[in-house]
Amino acid sequence: MQSFTAVLGDAVALILSGDASLMGIIALSLRVTVTAVLIACVIGLPLGAAVGAFRFPGRTLATVLLNSLMGLPPVVVGLVVYLALSASGPLGPLGLLYTPTAMVIAQTILVTPIVAALTRQVIEDLDREYAEQFRSLDVGPLARITALLWDARYSLLTVALAGFGRAIAEVGAVLIVGGNINHVTRVMTTTIALETSKGNLELALALGVVLLVIAILVNAAVMGLRASAARAAYA
Amino acid sequence: MLRRRFLTLAAAGLLAAGVSAPVQAQDTFIIVQSTTSTQNSGLFEFMLPKFQEKTGIEVRVVAVGTGQAIKNAANGDGDVLFVHARPAEEKFVADGYGVKRFDVMYNDFVVVGPPADPAGIAGSSDITDALKKIAEAKAPFASRGDDSGTHKAELALWEAAGVDVAAASGGWYRETGSGMGATLNTGTGMGAYVLTDRATWISFGNKGAYRIAVEGDERMFNQYGISLVNKEKLPNVKADLGQQFVDWVISEEGQQVIADYKIDGQQLFFPNARPSGS
Amino acid sequence: MREALARNEAEGPQRPDAAPVPALLEGQGLLLEIGGKRLIDGIDIRIDEGRRTMVMGANGAGKSLLLRLLHGLIAPTAGGIAWRGGPLDRTARRAQAMVFQRPVMLRRSVIANLAFALKVRGLRGAMRQARINEALEKARLTDLARSPARVLSGGEQQRLALARALACDPELLFLDEPTASLDPASTQAIETLIADASRRGVTVVMVTHDLGQARRLADDIVFLHAGRVAESGPAARVLSSPRSEAASAWLEGRLFLDEPRAQS
Repeated sequence: MQSFTAVLGDAVALILSGDASLMGIIALSLRVTVTAVLIACVIGLPLGAAVGAFRFPGRTLATVLLNSLMGLPPVVVGLVVYLALSASGPLGPLGLLYTPTAMVIAQTILVTPIVAALTRQVIEDLDREYAEQFRSLDVGPLARITALLWDARYSLLTVALAGFGRAIAEVGAVLIVGGNINHVTRVMTTTIALETSKGNLELALALGVVLLVIAILVNAAVMGLRASAARAAYA
Repeated sequence: MLRRRFLTLAAAGLLAAGVSAPVQAQDTFIIVQSTTSTQNSGLFEFMLPKFQEKTGIEVRVVAVGTGQAIKNAANGDGDVLFVHARPAEEKFVADGYGVKRFDVMYNDFVVVGPPADPAGIAGSSDITDALKKIAEAKAPFASRGDDSGTHKAELALWEAAGVDVAAASGGWYRETGSGMGATLNTGTGMGAYVLTDRATWISFGNKGAYRIAVEGDERMFNQYGISLVNKEKLPNVKADLGQQFVDWVISEEGQQVIADYKIDGQQLFFPNARPSGS
Repeated sequence: MREALARNEAEGPQRPDAAPVPALLEGQGLLLEIGGKRLIDGIDIRIDEGRRTMVMGANGAGKSLLLRLLHGLIAPTAGGIAWRGGPLDRTARRAQAMVFQRPVMLRRSVIANLAFALKVRGLRGAMRQARINEALEKARLTDLARSPARVLSGGEQQRLALARALACDPELLFLDEPTASLDPASTQAIETLIADASRRGVTVVMVTHDLGQARRLADDIVFLHAGRVAESGPAARVLSSPRSEAASAWLEGRLFLDEPRAQS
């Protein structure tokens, strides 16, 4: 086992090498995860905002459900999506198993509850501040939701980031529905798992460092944006 | 201004999503359900490009445990099954999921162990005797425990040795429930003996001070077989493309490619296909 | 309907049964209980068009709650509220506006805060822009139009909140201690805006603790004590010779405590 600094060196060398197959793996990881997070936001933001801003029967239940679904085990999600997309499953005819689309579906299912549950909290807090003013202005339900989402946009970036972090680091679901097929569905995490199983621990660790660096870059970019927003009192 | 920056960010995200529209999958690919040990050996990366060059068919390998590979194939989620658990494969064909099974190649299992050799079995070529000694010494032994081909072979050997490992489970007999590589990582980490296929062992990168303790017993031969999944039972199967792959693997050319695959000068697999099948 | 009614210092608000026209806003038998506590304990109140009514009283007397009841932000446990003799429905509430003690600013620019309120009112395009410009000018916020509303000073924020409320062209304006945390200059700016609006015919109902402010702005005073109206009448009379113990104690700066509030 090499020292950790040597592993870091390996990681830097890996990135700098611009190795085509590594770049392909990184690109696929980002493609799958970014797509899944965007879809999760399209579903989860309005859903979470509705639960956060409206009073309706079963609201507490909905909140409990959303919060619980945040802890969905990726392997279970992978299995469910596998069974649905399998040639013998209900969605088999679509032929999506072992494709990036299948991985996007699995990650979307994982991330949507996270986005929805955290959005609910953010929107509920903001609504507490806005509620009387909105009621006074007689703001309709749709305008209220969109105004809350827009005004919470910088907090919601953090919400999307939480989803991104969960998805980019997840291996259990994408392994099952993607199959870790070289050049087709192999992503950072499944490569790390594969290299670990080959006993190439240094390479696996170096890939892990690469993954971490990507996560840091994405987070830093978004946080930088949020910080400037905070200075302008928008956040 | 901030609003503009926010929208730019959102647009960039959407763009990334747009770019990610699934690459149009050409229909000239097949899915092969295979095992982690085969994948970990690196054989596919050596072999498949040669097949693709010749036929234009892309082979996508899903590497899981033999048990799961057979189950996936029986669900219709693969066109070809390429594993090493002969009785299970024959049942797969007999149940109508496979068309016909062909021998492809063999390698052999070895038992690797720590340099201290607590069971005193280093250099042995009698696997049942060695396993008995491990059980008597209660020396730690790491098993796949995942219903894979290797796991099944290992259980058969314990039975032949007359050792009831189920009773020792959780004691000196430790089931990792994971792939070959993961089990080797675990086993070398806890100073346990591990039964592994030679190919995985040769290409394994985390050997540490471990050595082969037991090898050369003919009961440790590990036979690989290939079967085309039956289109009559599972209509999604790409029978034509899959058949081309099966034919190539057992052809003289395919067999030569397998024989040519070496790591550090060591041949990992020994082709033994008979075109008549089994 | 927007011209101010003639001010009548000598008479208090007319009794409901004597009114030839219904009051602009009238609450009868208002009762509010929260968590078993009776916070508003049987209030009758009548707001006539064009008048400036100050709601006064000690902390916890129920002033802010009364405003929220009258504006329809919370529903009374019992009692009824009538707008021009009819129900306090959406149309009625859209004819009202409210400014809170702590201004609620959207996380947007000054101009976007105004635009949002006007958009809710259905104003579009050039009409909306004209209304925004007018509001900015009146509140002397034109130079700050593009600034984020939440970086404004407390006085500027309250001016914006008031401008936003007035831009919606309300017939009745509620103000809940709008100058409680402002310096004298900001207070004066707010009072000027309120007086201007009143001159244009906007009816004003305002909670205040500031005696000077009440003297400057009030036509009528409603003095609350422990969830009830202790005294009401023309400002000049109530402030100079209060008839209730609660009001005179408050005016003299004494702490007046009477029997504990009724429990439900």
